[in-house]
Amino acid sequence: MSGDSETIRQAIDRIYRDQGRRIFASLVRLLRDFDLAEEALHDAFAAATEAWARDGVPEQPRAWLVSTGRFRAIDALRRRHRLDDSRDDLLRLREHLAEANAARSDQEIEDDRLRLIFTCCHPAIDPSVRVALTLREVCGLTTEAIATAFLVPVSTMAQRIARGKQKIRVAGIPFEVPSGRELLERLEHALAVIYLVYSEGHAASTGAELRRCDLTDEAIRLGRLMVDLLPAPESLGLLGLMLLQESRAATRTDDRGDLILLEHQDRSRWDRSRIAEGLALIERSLSTRRFGSYTLQGAIAAEHARAETFEVTDWRRIVAIYDALASLHPSPVIDLNRAVALAMRDGPTAGLEAIDAILDRGELTEFHRAHAARGEFLRRLERREEAIASFERALAGTRQEAERRFLAEQIERLRNEGG
Amino acid sequence: MKYLLLVYSPEDAWSPEEWTACTVKSTEICRELAERGEFIDASPLHPVATATSVRLRDGARLVTDGPFAETREQLGGYFLIDVADLDRAMAIAARLPAAEKGTVEIRPLFRLEGLPSPSADR
Repeated sequence: MSGDSETIRQAIDRIYRDQGRRIFASLVRLLRDFDLAEEALHDAFAAATEAWARDGVPEQPRAWLVSTGRFRAIDALRRRHRLDDSRDDLLRLREHLAEANAARSDQEIEDDRLRLIFTCCHPAIDPSVRVALTLREVCGLTTEAIATAFLVPVSTMAQRIARGKQKIRVAGIPFEVPSGRELLERLEHALAVIYLVYSEGHAASTGAELRRCDLTDEAIRLGRLMVDLLPAPESLGLLGLMLLQESRAATRTDDRGDLILLEHQDRSRWDRSRIAEGLALIERSLSTRRFGSYTLQGAIAAEHARAETFEVTDWRRIVAIYDALASLHPSPVIDLNRAVALAMRDGPTAGLEAIDAILDRGELTEFHRAHAARGEFLRRLERREEAIASFERALAGTRQEAERRFLAEQIERLRNEGG
Repeated sequence: MKYLLLVYSPEDAWSPEEWTACTVKSTEICRELAERGEFIDASPLHPVATATSVRLRDGARLVTDGPFAETREQLGGYFLIDVADLDRAMAIAARLPAAEKGTVEIRPLFRLEGLPSPSADR
């Protein structure tokens, strides 16, 4: 049964778009080489254009493409091997290929994607390279798109990706989902890469620079993939956290790109469907009692999402979640955020004392947000001169345009109040 | 795949008792590796005070007393293993007592064709 060529072409395009990276992941497992797999992927789709026009679309197109890609790669290796007889690594790869079972079930093909994520996020690879590799190999973004997103020259990004692929091949990083105790630790690495992609996109979208929200979309897509493939509590927590943060994306800045604080955001414009999905994920993770810091951060975001107005925010509960977070992963940045919540619960004096305790320990003394929060508490306490001094210190410490304008405005207003 | 595990640590970090305990534990690990067919060779090294470095510059041989670089952590021994992949090599490295005091650097071996087989142990 053969279809008309236009229908076939559309079917192939759709499969490439929706399944391309899955098929690629399986080819990586079989060929144990990114470049060979990329080549095999293109060969397989080229072969499909011809064969499917003649014989129709096979019943299991994905398995057909994986199997065809594998045979094409074997042919290519055979040709290369004939040219260079001494390459017995090629010979061993051919033996491995002959043994490996290419025609796998759909579930196993899904597992191949998880393998690919763990490979790209392997701790033996430099963190900045992990991010680039994941976006290139798992998400299938072009090197140009990744370079634009991270504001680095294309050649730099291309080198970074090449370095990652070489490290995987030469150092023998396996295409495996780690097992046992190892899995949790490695899952943390993979989730960290996804959150790094998200944070990069998130920070940029509130800056004056190019909008880079492609990265937040990509991170959420990866987060969904992790939830599908490995629904561990922290996978749920991370996706929930990203969705809840993203639900406020449209209200975080005004038309000029200036920051709008949570307090002044138009809550009617928050994305309700993202909030509903995020809340459900956080609830699911919390109920396992095996959650970690992404879930707890998500639980804080959930409190804000639930509050119909800023005034009814449950600061008591938010402070309690920060306490849990700080005991799980002690960090001065968490202490700072807790101080802000504490100020909302108990008043600016309590917040000021908490921040000064952090600064007195010699921590965050150069972090602009600590001084900005301190300035805000002092302003509320009507200690005008000290507030101006803190805002000025914060202003000196930030390079982000929207934040600079915000801080400069605070200083200006306080000066005018002084007359 | 073959990997060389290079063990670096500050030489003064080890008391004689600790060093002995380290060699006992390392020997045990090597026996275990040998049973799995993963062991090729291993040895501790004498301290860097016994090292000699040779360079050839403009045809002249320069010999210096001491290691190639004066750093706090020095190469103190090596393990040569043949394992499935980097994850296995990392798991072995993490068990070495030396990893607690210093650093174990894992280097994959480059396969060079045409090398003779090693001489028999004398």
